[in-house]
Amino acid sequence: MTETASGAAQLVALAPLVALVGALVNGLFGRGIREPASGVIASAAVAVGFVLSLVAFVAYPGEADGFRFVFAEFLRAGSLAVDLGFLIDQLSLVMALVITGVGFLIHVYSVGYMRGDPGHARYFAQLNLFVAAMLVLVLADSLPLMFVGWEGVGVCSFLLIGFWYQHRQNADAARKAFIVNRIGDVGFLIAMFLTFKVFGSLDLATVTSAAPGIAYGAPALTAIGLLLLLAAAGKSAQLPLQLWLPDAMAGPTPVSALIHAATMVTAGVYLVARTGDVFAQAPAAAATVAWVGVLTALVAAVAAFAQTDIKRILAYSTISQVGFMVAAVGAGAYWAGIFHVVTHAFFKALLFLGAGSVIHALGGEQDVRRMGGLGRRMRVTGTTSLVATLAIAGVPLLSGFFSKDAILHGTLTSQLVADAGGPFLFALLLLTAVLTAAYMFRWYYLVFAGEERLTAEAAAKVHESPAVMTVPLVVLAVGSVLAGYLGVQEFLGRNLIAEWLSPVLASVPFDHLSVGAEWALIVGSALAAAVGLGVGYWLYAVDKGRTVKRLEQAPVAALARSGMGFDAAAQAVFVRPGENVAEGLALLDRDVLDRGLAAPVTAVPRLARLAALWQSGYVRLYALAMLIGAAAVTAVALLAGVSR
Amino acid sequence: MSVPSEYFVALSAVLFGLGAVGVVTRRSAILVFLSIELMLNAANLAIVAYARQWTVTGGGHALEGQGAVFIVLAVAAAEVAVGLGILVAIFRHRVTTDVDQLAEVRA
Repeated sequence: MTETASGAAQLVALAPLVALVGALVNGLFGRGIREPASGVIASAAVAVGFVLSLVAFVAYPGEADGFRFVFAEFLRAGSLAVDLGFLIDQLSLVMALVITGVGFLIHVYSVGYMRGDPGHARYFAQLNLFVAAMLVLVLADSLPLMFVGWEGVGVCSFLLIGFWYQHRQNADAARKAFIVNRIGDVGFLIAMFLTFKVFGSLDLATVTSAAPGIAYGAPALTAIGLLLLLAAAGKSAQLPLQLWLPDAMAGPTPVSALIHAATMVTAGVYLVARTGDVFAQAPAAAATVAWVGVLTALVAAVAAFAQTDIKRILAYSTISQVGFMVAAVGAGAYWAGIFHVVTHAFFKALLFLGAGSVIHALGGEQDVRRMGGLGRRMRVTGTTSLVATLAIAGVPLLSGFFSKDAILHGTLTSQLVADAGGPFLFALLLLTAVLTAAYMFRWYYLVFAGEERLTAEAAAKVHESPAVMTVPLVVLAVGSVLAGYLGVQEFLGRNLIAEWLSPVLASVPFDHLSVGAEWALIVGSALAAAVGLGVGYWLYAVDKGRTVKRLEQAPVAALARSGMGFDAAAQAVFVRPGENVAEGLALLDRDVLDRGLAAPVTAVPRLARLAALWQSGYVRLYALAMLIGAAAVTAVALLAGVSR
Repeated sequence: MSVPSEYFVALSAVLFGLGAVGVVTRRSAILVFLSIELMLNAANLAIVAYARQWTVTGGGHALEGQGAVFIVLAVAAAEVAVGLGILVAIFRHRVTTDVDQLAEVRA
């Protein structure tokens, strides 16, 4: 830890505070803030955060180890000492740039999207708070402070998913997201306890520098790794905790973009990359991470085919893409995971904002079966969405191609997971890449191309969105094209992002591929995109969905529609037994405890009424009682011989 | 030889008993008061009787007992003043002093 890094880099520490101030202004004085002002304040707060991050990024000495910026002491108990401090290094700066950069565009877009909503000030306050929490998460220099941001993100997602809480369904979705996230949080907490036991410290710097000194494959490290995986699975919507993400579509569409692109779901990937040194010493945990990622990617890609809601398709696509990232960080290709976080932030934000633009234009319609042909009526949205679709599909020269290729490369050559079925990981990811291209083609074709299937009233009011919404789309489209050139494979040119991140990420041994093999991999990756798009084109554009209709009768289609049955399973395994236990306890409370206690409770007033009969109000009766009493006392005194 | 103390005490007991019977049986608040006065004075009589006995047999002096009687008299006078005041107030409201009809304060 060098403490001498240039002062300008420390400016990024102010970014979360600025976002927090924005949240406070809108949150406390929202009543007095009129419509465009609330959005402008919120956007400005994030813009300032972005500028601060950018200045820090430029001023940061590239080869440095990272430095700490300590505000104050946070916790001190016995040998546990945690500072309230930020760790500013290559990784946290990249994350801060993505969060504030993409977050800013989403804020601007929201100004248009949320126009006329009476809760606009509340919305922007929560959006800013979300960004602030996420910045704390990525900048924290210790696990407890990271947990603060982690929980802050969870709370904000709850608030924003349930933003239109007047509908029961939205409130339920918010609760579901929160509860499922809590399961992951338990993993995070126990991982912290174990970390303290093993390392004697919760500082990220101490942990990452001490981890390589611990025996390779030590059970304690594996346990920490698996618990961190549980935490990551909760936030990043990986199997089996991916349940909350499709329902999270209940929130306003820009919120989905924020959750899926710039914040929240990338937290798990960041967590594993940040603690990569632990995983590099715990191959079993790393392999589990990789397999969870791969299976999630595959399962979610299959489920994405059967969805009919424009946002739900994208939600499953996010789960699948985050699965790619988790597979990468599991395989030890940490830079590839972060690289995919960056590129995905651009095209997934673009896809969601495009979907929001469509929903906005159609007056709330979300069913792709009642869309189609919109690319002709909404030129900017259609074109930018096409760019994003091609990017996520992995078409060569667009950003998704480079990052997906890096992930495929990483899983194939990683020695960390080679014994745990590395080639299978690679093969399944390649298959998923084909599926990704196909279902994304389906998404684009059903919404923007082909014949119009709009309802009459929707068709009448279709219009391109205002500039405040389309300009962010264009900026994101440019990013979706160019972000990939940050991470060109090393044999082709400079891999900027891998070089930039290498000082802070754990190093894992990789096999070296010959140039021929590298080219084969790239061609294979491009072929995957081509095959996927080709299949999609044939199914929807040439065959006009006839084969699809037949496939829809298959049982697997029903399974895919329900998100591969995970919801039903969770319902059967956790929710219903939980309800039964609760009902049993309620029965015990009502019929045994309450009724048992009711008997003595009713006996007391009955006794009291009996005793109260004596209080007749007749003074002469009282006088007689006194007389008898006095006589009795005197008699006792005399008989007992107290006469002296 | 003067009258023996037993006579005084016996008279006191009789007066006390009469007073007690009066308090319990009479319904007019005035008569209840009267009976209470009777009981107080029965007690006073017993106290002065014992005080005199003390000077004769104990060789002491009778001031304690006689002092106590004065206190009882003073308290009784105060009690009557307050009690009669209350009675007058009640009578103005209710046009009765029958204690059995003044029995609102009950469970």
